[in-house]
Amino acid sequence: MSRLPFYVIVGLLLVAGIATSVHRHLQFEIPWVPGEQRQVWEIEAVINFNAQNGPVQVDLALPSHQNGFRVLTENTASSGYGLAYKADELGRQAQWTTRDAAGSQQLYYSVQMLVSPDARPPIQTPPGLASTTPWESPYDSAASQLIDRAWARSANNATFTRELILDVNGERQGESARLLLTQETPSALIVRLLNQAGVQAREVSGLVLEDGRRRQSLSSWIQVFDESANQWSLFNPITGEQGQPDNLLLWETGGRAVLEVQGGTNSRVSFSMLTHHQPASAAVRNHYSEDTLLNFSIHSLPLEEQALFQTILLIPIGALVVVFLRVLVGIKTSGTFMPVLIALAFIQTTLPTGLIGFLLIVAVGLIIRNYLSYLNLLLVARVSAVIITVIAIISIFTVLAYRMGLSAGLTVTFFPMIILAWTIERMSILWEEEGPKQVLIQGGGSLLTAVLAYLAMNNPWVRHITFNFLGVQLILMALILLLGNYTGYRLLELRRFKPITDDEKPS
Amino acid sequence: MSWFKDWAWPGRLRDKGIIGMNRRNIRYIGRYNSRRLYPLVDDKLKTKLLAQQYGITTPELIGTVTTQFGVKHIGDMLTGHNGFVIKPAKGSGGKGILVIEKVVDNQFVKPSGAHLTLEDVERHVSNILSGLYSLGGSPDVALIETLINFDESLMAYTYEGVPDIRVIVFKGYPVMAMMRLSTAASDGKANLHQGAVGVGLNIATGEALRGVQFDRPCFSHPDTGHDLASLVVPQWDTLLNLAAGCYEMTGLGYLGTDMVLDRQHGPMLLELNARPGLAIQMTNGEGLRRRLDLIERQPEGVSVAKRVAFAQYHFARKSELAETPDTTTASA
Repeated sequence: MSRLPFYVIVGLLLVAGIATSVHRHLQFEIPWVPGEQRQVWEIEAVINFNAQNGPVQVDLALPSHQNGFRVLTENTASSGYGLAYKADELGRQAQWTTRDAAGSQQLYYSVQMLVSPDARPPIQTPPGLASTTPWESPYDSAASQLIDRAWARSANNATFTRELILDVNGERQGESARLLLTQETPSALIVRLLNQAGVQAREVSGLVLEDGRRRQSLSSWIQVFDESANQWSLFNPITGEQGQPDNLLLWETGGRAVLEVQGGTNSRVSFSMLTHHQPASAAVRNHYSEDTLLNFSIHSLPLEEQALFQTILLIPIGALVVVFLRVLVGIKTSGTFMPVLIALAFIQTTLPTGLIGFLLIVAVGLIIRNYLSYLNLLLVARVSAVIITVIAIISIFTVLAYRMGLSAGLTVTFFPMIILAWTIERMSILWEEEGPKQVLIQGGGSLLTAVLAYLAMNNPWVRHITFNFLGVQLILMALILLLGNYTGYRLLELRRFKPITDDEKPS
Repeated sequence: MSWFKDWAWPGRLRDKGIIGMNRRNIRYIGRYNSRRLYPLVDDKLKTKLLAQQYGITTPELIGTVTTQFGVKHIGDMLTGHNGFVIKPAKGSGGKGILVIEKVVDNQFVKPSGAHLTLEDVERHVSNILSGLYSLGGSPDVALIETLINFDESLMAYTYEGVPDIRVIVFKGYPVMAMMRLSTAASDGKANLHQGAVGVGLNIATGEALRGVQFDRPCFSHPDTGHDLASLVVPQWDTLLNLAAGCYEMTGLGYLGTDMVLDRQHGPMLLELNARPGLAIQMTNGEGLRRRLDLIERQPEGVSVAKRVAFAQYHFARKSELAETPDTTTASA
């Protein structure tokens, strides 16, 4: 049997992979390293609604230049709709209109925001104080009580706002605050109280940017005009913290509704986002070079799919690590590709939380599985019971972590539960048959593989390369094929077979 | 530097002709064992029926249990049998094998002396059927076989369990053999990595070459204290012929045959393995490479007896145990 076809295939894969990567590098000026570039956020808003057989008008608020972000390009996709961009002193809006629409409708808007720390919003003058509707009894006395107390404890608009937020939301929440919260949402209530006290304030909507997130919604924030600095400052309506977090993009700042739909029901807007690094010039060039055959890249997909692919394209890296460790090193793992899935979970949870969460879940799972083995159940039923146990453990840990204020604990839900259940089942059988030592060897091997796979997959350079150069997948394929053809010794076999080599001098 | 002492250079291993996992998988299992033949050896029931067809002795089958419903009738099936073995048809690595040495007052006695009730036995069979011990957890069948009365001459070399003989058969030639002796450390199981003693056997005569426990040389059985040098497998030629015949029976080119010696019936085939391990190289103190290379150059279609004779002539070796001072020579 000739191995020639094999090497021809491997060679072709290597050549094709390297050629397409080099082409992308040269043609689109995508650099090999992620540094020396600007970070760009691609954000996609999807509007869903049901049209009611008639004219439809959809208004969506759009983000503008602001602290830390600059609008690069924007696109819409909406077949059969007329589109107009409008701008006034309260912000920008996109307006879609159509004469006759029926059934479920989807409109897309996507924007590229360039992260630039020195970007500033256009100079804004404070609007006249919004006319406040007076409170009815008994809310009026509760409102003035809240305002008076916060006013007495504060020195200026900023501290007044902070005190008011803590009175409404924080531990100091009193009876009057609870009474008023029956009438308004917290942020709306705070803005209304601020306005009532003669402070210029407005409710704005912001988007928390996190790489690869899908189906996100906007969150409420409060802006208060700082008369001394002559600018708006931002407050977190929950904690009262002042200042704009680095990863917060203000989507709507005019105090208007983000989405208005006339002629439709069940309307909602959700956001997906993705960050990547681009040279500023390429960001512009991307515009012109779309839709050519050679520009075969993930970037031509809708953003939601791109975010998904960013993770999928990393899996071959994890697989390569597993193949390497098993074929060249000889590490034993429990379940061949289980470590890759665990590593994917680590990416979501961060390494320390992931490790602690994994060990806790498996340890508790093993104890419970040990009890289940006394019940003498059929296999499928037992594994199903373990799955439910794992879900219960994850829920309990999440709630406990939340109670103790460890927000990192919330991410354990990212662990693949069915895989964990099978891991527990396998380890438990291994424990019974081969003893705890084998469990430690295989469990430790799996964890080591998972950590190494995580380190490889979470490396910024690896993420950059796999996401921007699809040809790398062909190179990975070629490497894995070559490894699959390796007939030499594994590293650990050099130790295993050592006794044979020194039998000349038996002790 | 002391850390370095536990590791061998790849070149040293290559000189010794040691075969690693990767080479075994690609060069031998991948090339000589056709995937479609695996079920013949992975399912012990199929192996057994096939062996009967080819006239290869196996332990007598008392019966099989195929459904959970059938578990209830296992009591009837077992009446009249004093010692028996229950095993999963698709088990691997000796998992799920229950040995009952004798039946006393409806209590089933294991070799370790532990007593089991009929209910315990039924539960074990039920576990087998639900796939607890099978590869991938697929539903399985339980086999019940008569207990092997293993040869008295080997009694002194084992602790509780049945000593079995592993012969690697390559393209029908027996290339290397070892005996696995269970110890207290291995809990009566003949698994080397659990602490059983592995004894390399001379292909020519069936005499012990050297003993290994936990990968280190060993000269006497750790529990019975019996000298390994005096160990000779009786009816060795019959055993090799039986093992070599498994090539025609299964068509698998690289095969591990597990044999036992019964007091009345002589050598018997216990089970076959399409992915035999590499520990046999440790027990023989020699790599498989040179022997496999030699066999690869031999033509196909040679008769069983000729293949055995070829192997006995070319793979004969001198015992390393006999050189130790306080042993009597094993054979003339």
